[in-house]
Amino acid sequence: MISDMNFFERILYILERYGASYLKGAGTTLLIAIVSTAVGCIIGFAAGVVQTIPVDQKRDSFFKRILLRILRLILDIYVEVFRGTPMIVQAVFIYYGLSQMCNIQLGMWQAAFLVVSVNTGAYMAESVRGGIISVDPGQMEGAKAIGMNHVQAMTCVILPQAFRNILPQIGNNLIINIKDTSVLSVISIVDLFFVHKSVAGALYTYFESATIVMLIYLTMTVVTSRLLRLLEVKLDGSDNYEMTDTMDIGNQLGKKRS
Amino acid sequence: MENILEIRNLKKSFGSHGVLRDISFTVKAGDVISIIGASGSGKSTMLRCINQLEDATSGQILYHGEDITAPKVDVPAYRKKVGMVFQNFNLFENMNVLENCMVGQRKVARKSKEEAEQKALFYLEKVGMAPYIKAKPRQLSGGQKQRVAIARALAMEPEILLFDEPTSALDPQMVGEVLQVMEKLAQEGLTMLIVTHEMAFAREVSKRVIFMADGVIEEEGTPEEVFGSPRSEKTREFLSRFRKC
Ligand SMILES: Nc1ncnc2c1ncn2[C@@H]1O[C@H](COP(=O)(O)OP(=O)(O)OP(=O)(O)O)[C@@H](O)[C@H]1O
Ligand SMILES: [Mg+2]
Repeated sequence: MISDMNFFERILYILERYGASYLKGAGTTLLIAIVSTAVGCIIGFAAGVVQTIPVDQKRDSFFKRILLRILRLILDIYVEVFRGTPMIVQAVFIYYGLSQMCNIQLGMWQAAFLVVSVNTGAYMAESVRGGIISVDPGQMEGAKAIGMNHVQAMTCVILPQAFRNILPQIGNNLIINIKDTSVLSVISIVDLFFVHKSVAGALYTYFESATIVMLIYLTMTVVTSRLLRLLEVKLDGSDNYEMTDTMDIGNQLGKKRS
Repeated sequence: MENILEIRNLKKSFGSHGVLRDISFTVKAGDVISIIGASGSGKSTMLRCINQLEDATSGQILYHGEDITAPKVDVPAYRKKVGMVFQNFNLFENMNVLENCMVGQRKVARKSKEEAEQKALFYLEKVGMAPYIKAKPRQLSGGQKQRVAIARALAMEPEILLFDEPTSALDPQMVGEVLQVMEKLAQEGLTMLIVTHEMAFAREVSKRVIFMADGVIEEEGTPEEVFGSPRSEKTREFLSRFRKC
């Protein structure tokens, strides 16, 4: 009987019976966190780019300026609402609200991806805006001076640097999402936390199950942050560079021409 | 010869602060013009207006007769023809030296990769930076960065190049290598408008010198005229400060 076992025996027993469920739950958690962070980043970049479009009083049409105003207002409201309310409430609000008010029956999966993505997007919008603004204005002027338009300057010069600047914040969001998907159990998503609640409830082993789940969450977040650190190092490139032999350049050019 | 640029009654204020107060002059093909003047006299602002990084408050900037301050003008296309080299280099930090010199040719001029690379290498060779094509800007010295910035501007094959104090951010021992490159360009006939505090360079290399004071052109002439026998009291006073040191 489970009540006769000691702590470690109970953990082993739970793992034997429910190990696969925990892993599956962890997989669900990771999937939602990674996909939603990626989608959230896309939303965030789109929002950040719109927020930083310069307005040229002389050259831009009245229509463009009004459109931009309205877009920005909508974005401001979006950011305030989703940063200013708990995700657990957002999940319930969207999952049940859409079906009652708009007659849209979202599957719980769709609802899960939607809530976490939109929530992350709201945080990323501000990060991206900050990331764009923090790029040295000289970079934009350098791009303009060789004839780039705003879109070219953004895609080739500013956004790659902004992305590098906010990479730590993207990683932070991913780690937060790995942990915070636990609130999705309110809409019956079988993530790691949901598995924990079921197992603990069935066997009355709250402490043991929580220990297992703690370790799994910790492993996921630590591995994630290490991987992101590696990505940062890789993006920064090496501290050295090879000198290129000028004779060699001539030869390379010669080869290409023939 | 035809005017490339004609500046007519250019004025620029920031709020109530009139920085440029009625500037007029012309630039012809092959001109090398040095613009000198005290700090705050509006030299940078004038170059930035010419390159449309700053909106003129009034006046005209005619490029081959077309007023590029008009609302309908394609500014990026104009900037492709009028390059600019900045005091702080402004090299793209996310690209290496070669990419810095290629990106404009590829994206703006829509050149093929091979052609862009050849041209980039040609101009990097000219400024003596070809061996460094794989280096990132942060790995270079100031003088090296500025030479790359000049190559990047040249790779767009502009009709005229604007320099805003290209050597002011450099350690003294690096000033020479940049000025040498600029002198070479002048000899090859490139049209240049150079804001500088390097009086010896202005005197030897330029065809004309413009002395600016308080937002107006106080004096304009050949280097011999402006440096040798300045007409204005302000010019004399400004130049005497340089002679002392
Ligand atoms: N964006 C701006 N907003 C407000 N004032 C400005 C702006 N840019 C320049 N000014 C003002 O315009 C005046 C001229 O500046 P400018 O940079 O053109 O001088 P400069 O001749 O290039 O000086 P320096 O030799 O120090 O570079 C200064 O008084 C400066 O404070
Ligand atoms: Mg200046």
